[in-house]
Amino acid sequence: MNTKVTLAGVELKNPVMTASGTFGSGAEYSEFYDLGALGAVVTKGVANTPWPGNPTPRIAETASGMLNAIGLQNPGMDVLIERDLPFLKKFDTKIVVNVCGKTTEDYCQVVERLSAEPVDFLEINVSCPNVKEGGIAFGQNPKALEAITREVKKYAKQPVIMKLSPNVTDISEMARAAECAGADIISLINTITGMKIDIHKRTFALANKTGGMSGPAVKPVAVRMVYQAAHAVKIPVIGMGGICTGEDAMEFILAGATAVSVGTANFRNPYAAKEVAEGIEDYMKKYQVEDIRSLIGAVE
Amino acid sequence: MKTREFATVIHQKEIATGINSLLLYAEKIAKEAVPGQFVSIYCKDGSRILPRPISICESEKKVGLLRLVYRTAGKGTEELSRLSSGDQAELVGPLGNGFPLIDKKAFLIGGGIGIPPMVQLLKELKGEVQIIAGYKDELFLTEELNRRGKLYIATEDGSAGTKGNVLDAIRENDLTAEVIYACGPKPMLKAIQAYAQENNIECYISLEERMACGIGACLSCVCETKETDAHTRVNKKRICKDGPVFLSTEVEL
Ligand SMILES: Cc1cc2nc3c(=O)[nH]c(=O)nc-3n(C[C@H](O)[C@H](O)[C@H](O)COP(=O)(O)OP(=O)(O)OC[C@H]3O[C@@H](n4cnc5c(N)ncnc54)[C@H](O)[C@@H]3O)c2cc1C
Ligand SMILES: Cc1cc2nc3c(=O)[nH]c(=O)nc-3n(C[C@H](O)[C@H](O)[C@H](O)COP(=O)(O)O)c2cc1C
Ligand code: FES
Repeated sequence: MNTKVTLAGVELKNPVMTASGTFGSGAEYSEFYDLGALGAVVTKGVANTPWPGNPTPRIAETASGMLNAIGLQNPGMDVLIERDLPFLKKFDTKIVVNVCGKTTEDYCQVVERLSAEPVDFLEINVSCPNVKEGGIAFGQNPKALEAITREVKKYAKQPVIMKLSPNVTDISEMARAAECAGADIISLINTITGMKIDIHKRTFALANKTGGMSGPAVKPVAVRMVYQAAHAVKIPVIGMGGICTGEDAMEFILAGATAVSVGTANFRNPYAAKEVAEGIEDYMKKYQVEDIRSLIGAVE
Repeated sequence: MKTREFATVIHQKEIATGINSLLLYAEKIAKEAVPGQFVSIYCKDGSRILPRPISICESEKKVGLLRLVYRTAGKGTEELSRLSSGDQAELVGPLGNGFPLIDKKAFLIGGGIGIPPMVQLLKELKGEVQIIAGYKDELFLTEELNRRGKLYIATEDGSAGTKGNVLDAIRENDLTAEVIYACGPKPMLKAIQAYAQENNIECYISLEERMACGIGACLSCVCETKETDAHTRVNKKRICKDGPVFLSTEVEL
């Protein structure tokens, strides 16, 4: 039975990764299981300098999901390189660094700095709905997405994953823009912009007013978008949005994803990502699937 | 070491209006727990995906028992309140740092649903203790708080003890201390933070914030700190991991 998949020439032992921002840099979850159980660990978004993020409350629970407006709080790339990468190197898993910035120069500075580091992929977050500048400003307009992809590719030594926002009218157009500008891989979906109002306090549930929605409630939207994106481009797609089980992951793979990320589910169950990897194997055994790659995009 | 554990409910009882005491057999978590730590409890209803953080009220290492005392505040705690003997509860814990045990003349101050963690703290402190418990009206856990030291009560409506808040009780009884431990609503903690500063007393306060991971990974639950934090490199600490207990001088409320 083969669970290995290849993304831009890099082989993952299985298609399961963690979704950026839900797994820190892996240290906290490594107290529960060996991160070597995963195809890759994706770090929290990192910028060139430390970012303080948004005021609290930063999260709110919603029906089968949640809203977050962390605001990309991060300790900056120096700490990631000195502390987090050496830690992650100890595990038999691939490392994906998620990158955020306010300007194109910010992104390029991080990407350039990481070029000599033991990082397997760079994931460029141009889709965070929770910061005013940067992030989503690049991810909602195909021209802006193309431009930043091209710039980042100039500095990148590792394969580049462009992380797309679902907060667009036509996801196929965005996927094609990233591919056309040289992205090696695309990942989606980032969170869907939402809002919750506390009717008792008559105020917004989040200090930021709006937040990004994630968790099981967004899964059908995510599967649809992954399907559309996978049909629009030839480069591989990483699918995410509400994955909690191996069966959820199989929906994304059958829709066209080469790999999947587990995010919000880690909050419900610290073993979630590992259990998704095991669940995929269970599915393969049940249906006597020899090679997971034979099922990528199998539902046309 | 924190672990996930499927605990068995020994019994559950309403000890005051809307306040429940839940006794669990949770061997692994009970063995590790120190006063001031908390557990994440998960809901069975799949529409509620985030854990509910609840402080450890009492833990008995030898027999593997864990007691939680909580207020029914919303749908998740309402679900919890329906657990009965023999049911299972999914927990991760013990989480957070807990109170440092300092054997000096101490105030243990609990306000409302901040009272429960004071019970285990009282059991483990060796020095002279004065417990100050603030309630709206209805009392709970007073028997447990009366086991050692002296218990002072404050009620908002004056139905028991001092009429007013915990600081009113401290002043009315002319109490003094060398170390303060406090857990309760933010306005109370702010007042205690100021009181400790004025009187130059070492003071530990337990904070609350909305949590998602509960283990330090997601940065949902941060509080503001005076100094740059070594982990986050900004003026913020994670309440679930670096707290919930902080020195009152290190945080901005
Ligand atoms: C470290 C810590 C220790 C706590 N200890 C206790 C305790 O010993 N006893 C007790 O009664 N309560 C305690 N609380 C508060 C308790 O977590 C909330 O009352 C509970 O989560 C409410 O859940 P719900 O589903 O009933 O309410 P809902 O309002 O329906 O919950 C919706 C969401 O908001 C979160 N939430 C709501 N209120 C709070 C709150 N005050 N703090 C953090 N998250 C909240 C819930 O976890 C959930 O994710 C503690 C909180 C923290 C952070
Ligand atoms: C608390 C939280 C923080 C997140 N932080 C980031 C981030 O820093 N960078 C990023 O690209 N995506 C971030 N995301 C989005 C997730 O990586 C993922 O795209 C999204 O949550 C959908 O997947 P899920 O439903 O499995 O969580 C965050 C999501 C959550 C819930
Ligand atoms: S709840 Fe995730 S860091 Fe505290």
